[in-house]
Amino acid sequence: MKSFFDRLRHKKSQVSSPEVNVNTVPLSDQQLQDVVTQEPRIEPSQLVCGSAQSTGKQRDHNEDCLFTFSVTIGGNKHNYPLGLFIVADGMGGHQYGEVASSTAVRTMAGYLLKRFHPYITNPSESFDEPLQDLMRAAINEAQRAVMQAAPGSGTTVTAALILGQQMTIGHVGDSRAYAIRSAGRIDALTRDHSLVKRLEELGQISSEEAAAHPQRNVLYRALGQGEVLEPDIFTSPFPQPGYLFLCSDGLWSVIADDEICRTVTEAPSLQAACQSLVTAANEAGGPDNITALVVQLIN
Amino acid sequence: MIQDVIGVGGMGSVYRARDLHFPNVVKLVAVKEMINRAPDPLVRKTIIQNFEREANILATLNHASIPRIYDYFSESNRSYLVLEFINGKDLEAIISETPGFLSEELVLSWSIELCDVLSFLHGHKPDPIIFRDMKPSNVMVNLSQHVILVDFGIAKPFQAGQKGTMIGTEGYSPPEQYRGEATPLADIYAMGATMHHALTRRDPRLEPPFSFAERPVRKINPAISAELEAVITTALQYNPEDRFQSAEAMKEALMAAGRKTGILSRISGATAAIQSSSIKPLWTFKCEDEIRGAPIIYNGALYIGSYDHNLYSLNVADGKLNWKYATDGGVVTRPAAFEGDIFFGSEDQRLHVVSARTGKVSWTYFTDGRVRSSPRIAEGHVFFGSDDQHLHAVNLNSQRASWRFEAAAEIRSTPFVANDSVFAGCENGDFYCVDFRGELKWHFKAKMAVTSSPWVAENLVYFGSLDSSFYALDAKSGFVIWRFRMAKGSLASPCLTEGMIFTGSADGHIYGIDAHSAKELWRFKTDHQVSSSPVIYKDSLYCGSADGNIYCLEYRTGRMRWKFTTQGAITGAPLVYDDIVYIGSTDHILYALLA
Repeated sequence: MKSFFDRLRHKKSQVSSPEVNVNTVPLSDQQLQDVVTQEPRIEPSQLVCGSAQSTGKQRDHNEDCLFTFSVTIGGNKHNYPLGLFIVADGMGGHQYGEVASSTAVRTMAGYLLKRFHPYITNPSESFDEPLQDLMRAAINEAQRAVMQAAPGSGTTVTAALILGQQMTIGHVGDSRAYAIRSAGRIDALTRDHSLVKRLEELGQISSEEAAAHPQRNVLYRALGQGEVLEPDIFTSPFPQPGYLFLCSDGLWSVIADDEICRTVTEAPSLQAACQSLVTAANEAGGPDNITALVVQLIN
Repeated sequence: MIQDVIGVGGMGSVYRARDLHFPNVVKLVAVKEMINRAPDPLVRKTIIQNFEREANILATLNHASIPRIYDYFSESNRSYLVLEFINGKDLEAIISETPGFLSEELVLSWSIELCDVLSFLHGHKPDPIIFRDMKPSNVMVNLSQHVILVDFGIAKPFQAGQKGTMIGTEGYSPPEQYRGEATPLADIYAMGATMHHALTRRDPRLEPPFSFAERPVRKINPAISAELEAVITTALQYNPEDRFQSAEAMKEALMAAGRKTGILSRISGATAAIQSSSIKPLWTFKCEDEIRGAPIIYNGALYIGSYDHNLYSLNVADGKLNWKYATDGGVVTRPAAFEGDIFFGSEDQRLHVVSARTGKVSWTYFTDGRVRSSPRIAEGHVFFGSDDQHLHAVNLNSQRASWRFEAAAEIRSTPFVANDSVFAGCENGDFYCVDFRGELKWHFKAKMAVTSSPWVAENLVYFGSLDSSFYALDAKSGFVIWRFRMAKGSLASPCLTEGMIFTGSADGHIYGIDAHSAKELWRFKTDHQVSSSPVIYKDSLYCGSADGNIYCLEYRTGRMRWKFTTQGAITGAPLVYDDIVYIGSTDHILYALLA
């Protein structure tokens, strides 16, 4: 036992007697590489998602539409995950709402996936069209298609095009995109294009009044309405660690933001999170169609 | 006989046609066609009813500013309205085709005529007619400069409460119209919105609703008189009771404004900004040739290079010379400081490293071309480009190149180091992202030179190009996120704060751009190219222009606080330190000004 301690002390004293005036030389690149080699990285980074939808308790048909698409390419470097996620909430009588939302979603998805087809199939293809321009063009395309297929109707659309670390969001109407950060923070990324939200921004009414306002469903910007459409288009880094959450107003009007945040961060899977949020919205009365979509970037 | 398509609207087209009932004269008419594509019988019926309502309203009206109606008919799923042909252009086209702002005189005279026709409509018996859709595209201006109101097709009831029911045109409609109320006061508001659009060129459909108060006419177009602005402000009041209570009242106010300003004698917009004459430099320092680069401050001394081949060290407090160090070429770069040494490139093809205290040379590094890219120090290396078509990474300990990255042309932009990468632009339009071993990670090609030095934030890299675009690329992959177009190329290096990007362009503007959405937040016009790079200090932006001025703007709004005139073009970036702005000019002088 004593010898053990002696050995320890002996070693320690050796370490604690530094030599002075040692000449140091910067390590060569190879030496550096050997020192910093870590655990092998797990590849590839990828987008995973869950989604759920319900007609709700007070509507007889579903006018919401959702779309998810994710590509993972593993292999040599320079492969970035690509994903497209869309939520649309149609409106207008005579069942035109569902035509509008599904037309908008399919047109946008069709337009964007066609543009990304070369990127997926031919890696040497360079891709220099700005992503925000693509998103704008896709929304304009959808606008034309909706006006043709269901004149007089309209739809919201909130779409996220994710390439690598960046998500480019296109948004019209009052469906929402949220960034949920694992630490329990939730931030709305989009701004509702609703009359009530605008009145609230102007300080004309309080947020409590807004929640109970009789015209809280009136939008001032929607796809399929009017000739000029100015969608909100912006890009932000994908929340990491965290989630992107898209939903229609049937969800956010009855479930508080922190409950969305808690459910998403605590659920055993993304799918379970969406299902329990939709269930909760139905239990809160299910006044409208409900759509929930959550995306995670695994690096 | 249909001759031409003159307009395409949401639901159909307008044609120019010749009426063959009168074969011996050329009588032109406009035929408004509406194609009823709605498959639903109920919707179809409503659409036809709306069309006929428009015809019936028009048929009863007789006014010089309202088109005459000749006939209407429906055929299978198409309906037609035969109207007086107006030889002219709609106001929306006039606004977008006019290069600058429309004159106050023109807009005033059109507005008075529009008030006339509105009071005619509002005074209609038995019921007043509310136009409901006053906007530039519904106002035609004929060849004799008179206005005619077109498109009476909107008279349909507004259903409140149901999602998606919108009527009128977003941006021009007053708040109460969204609640289903349409009174003559709604037309007054839309009239104000139309005038606002005509005078400012800001399309209200592209702005949040009811946001006119946030962009007063004179803030955008200072040439407009305060009197006319006041009339527009009253018309655009949020509460209907605060607006003019009738079109006649608005007309009278317009006439009064016109009389007061003498209509034809335009009042020049006097900016509230401080004139340059009242600003005195704290000190100046004169070099023997132009100053094209930017200064730095390090340990109480200011360092600036000049085209006279020297690097100067000056006392920050009084501008007195500490020392100067001569190279064999012009110095157009911004120096960098590190551990007691000052690093800078010269057109003598060398990177010079001199002691900050004494001005004695520590070491130099040779390239094979003129060095016009400023050095960037990071990770134990100094990174810079050279006209020898390489990006150099020089180890600060060994003072030797760790690597040289071969580019396709001269590198004059200053590298930015972030995310384990070095970013730099190249004179052939290439833009490179290189890792710390000097290997290319990705590259992007602009159509013309990238001399602008990049800025990296939140994983995006921002830079301008001579191809008139300003780019935002994903720093990891090089994918283009957005592109912002300017009228001319840009040499200026951007700076970023609070999600806003600022840059200058050869088109003479300093721009404020939203970094996430690429929306222009403001632009400020100088009288010459802006190749100086803007800097932000506290709540101000400082930027020089080739017009010889250094401008101080409020960076959130682009409003000018002050400007100071030098005797030569300013191409270098200013430096702001301890509330003092330091700026070099091609008049050979470095100025120290109170920020």
